[in-house]
Amino acid sequence: MSRVRTERLVNLVICLLSTRRFLTASQIAQTVAGYEHDEDDQRAHESFQRMFERDKAELRDLGVPVEMRVMSAFDTETGYRIARRDYELPDIHLEPDEAAAVGLATRFWHVRGLASAAASGLLKLRAAGVDVDPTATLPVEPVVAADPAVDTILAAVRNRRAITFSYRRPEDDEPAERHLQPWGAVSSKGRWYVVGHDLDRDATRCFRLSRVVGNVKAYGPSGRFEPPEDVDLASYVYGDETPSHQGKATVRVRTGSCAGLRRSAIEVHPSDLAGWDLVQLPYRDPGSLANRLVGYGADVVALEPPDVRRMVVERLTALASVKGGR
Amino acid sequence: MAISVSEHLPRLLAMVPYLLARPGIRVEEAAADLGVTETQLRQDLNLLFVCGLPGYGPGDLIDMVLDDDTVTITYHAGIDRPLRLTADEALALIVGLRALGETPGLSQDDAIDRALSKLESAAGDAASAASRVAVKLRTSPTEASRANALRAALEHRHAVRMTYYTATRDETTDRVVDPIRLLVVDGRSYLEAWCRSADAVRRFRLDRIDELTELDEPAAPPPGAGGDDVTGGVFKPGPGDLLITLRLSRSARWVAEYYPVESVTHKHGGDTEITMWASDLGWARRMVLGLGTDVRVVAPVELAEAVRHDAQQALLAYQE
Repeated sequence: MSRVRTERLVNLVICLLSTRRFLTASQIAQTVAGYEHDEDDQRAHESFQRMFERDKAELRDLGVPVEMRVMSAFDTETGYRIARRDYELPDIHLEPDEAAAVGLATRFWHVRGLASAAASGLLKLRAAGVDVDPTATLPVEPVVAADPAVDTILAAVRNRRAITFSYRRPEDDEPAERHLQPWGAVSSKGRWYVVGHDLDRDATRCFRLSRVVGNVKAYGPSGRFEPPEDVDLASYVYGDETPSHQGKATVRVRTGSCAGLRRSAIEVHPSDLAGWDLVQLPYRDPGSLANRLVGYGADVVALEPPDVRRMVVERLTALASVKGGR
Repeated sequence: MAISVSEHLPRLLAMVPYLLARPGIRVEEAAADLGVTETQLRQDLNLLFVCGLPGYGPGDLIDMVLDDDTVTITYHAGIDRPLRLTADEALALIVGLRALGETPGLSQDDAIDRALSKLESAAGDAASAASRVAVKLRTSPTEASRANALRAALEHRHAVRMTYYTATRDETTDRVVDPIRLLVVDGRSYLEAWCRSADAVRRFRLDRIDELTELDEPAAPPPGAGGDDVTGGVFKPGPGDLLITLRLSRSARWVAEYYPVESVTHKHGGDTEITMWASDLGWARRMVLGLGTDVRVVAPVELAEAVRHDAQQALLAYQE
């Protein structure tokens, strides 16, 4: 069945590409193989019309630009053709190294839908005469985490449709239903984010896809919103990154230990105390530095500044009294 | 199994210009390029044989010379060029190329930029959706310079000597490795190499390589070493690894997002229980201590005791 339909669609494309004038549905029925029927037979004609509608929709879904025109003021019948210049991929010549880069770019996608779009795009380039050696590699391979929702989100971005999903921030006990006009998606450090206008909060928001519970669903009609022009999507994901306070802490570190701290040290000196070194560390947030220092247990002693020292002692005191097990 | 029209038609439409550009191509090679079996390709060609211009007589139908090994299109019935790229196809290729351009070790590769601009111009309007997707890998300058140095070593097929920080054991060691490939997985760059001291394939995070020298010596990783599929992540628990169970209070739930966890259970009262693999007790101690009191060790008991003992010992220094 599907072979018959495929055959008919190939013939339809060939016919509409070869015609300069617009062909009416009944002209198409008379010329294109697979549409033959008795036009006087009402049922047969209706079934042809349904078939033709479905075929046109299929071609449009696949990106085949079927042009439509009402023939004249006197003749209200619609005509169809495919303009060759809208159909054809423009000439493209890629040097071997450029083709290798394109081949590798297709491997970026492990998301199912876009992986197949990448493969069919590559096929079209090959059809345009570009030779992509499937074994060509660059010495670096980027692999990006798959997130099945990316597909749905990108389709909604393109069609400018709103999306809804259940979202659970780590600090929330229950997921909340969110509604968003998606402007775009950002992949950063192996995570995917969607940025857009949050309809519940009436503000720009960014959502991490790994926090979405269940499926993302598009709703409502297409073209319902206009994303802002030239929006810098990534800046919504990173937020304000200017470092706040930058400080320098002094800690005593047991000789031969704490390789991780020493790597980020500004300076390391032997200390007055035998078996210990004095290490100066840059830090931004005293709390996170304190956590990091506590991680090294008795191999490190926080000396300066006083607030870091105090935080370390507080954390250690609490940990020293924790009962383990269930 | 029946193929869907949406899969089959684009392939058939691309197949004609593809073959047209390569007269006398081997069926085997064409099938591989088009991503189908030889049998499927022959079935496709048989279908195209009966398609063509209205009239459908000899001279109207797509025609070709097809023998046991090769195929040549002799009449294309007007399908001599592929269909333009759809928005999804343009998006997938353009975003993929941009991600490559952001990849440390490749960012100076002008082939990527050239390919990108040619593709953008060929895709036309279809390329506009690609501006709605940003890919940022955000590598540090150190990581980028390591990647460039390692890429050079890979191209020269030379071994490298490096000083590497092993976070699990909190130690820095010198070693000579035979590079196999560079990987960027989930935004982090790794060198996959044969490590001569470990006598095994190891992956090294570029941001933990402190010193790096390319040697004159050729790299000689054992044949077949490395190249494993890393799409599921680089971390796989080994036999010596320790499964630990932690209880997180509300404010520490981020831990479950930050570390690769095996399971997450939400408890009454807002607590969350997670299980995760730790490569050894030392690493687990440092991690748990650094998380503070919002995280409590449930299992194993020896870890809970080690953490309490470490904290008690560390406190002595402050009680002088």
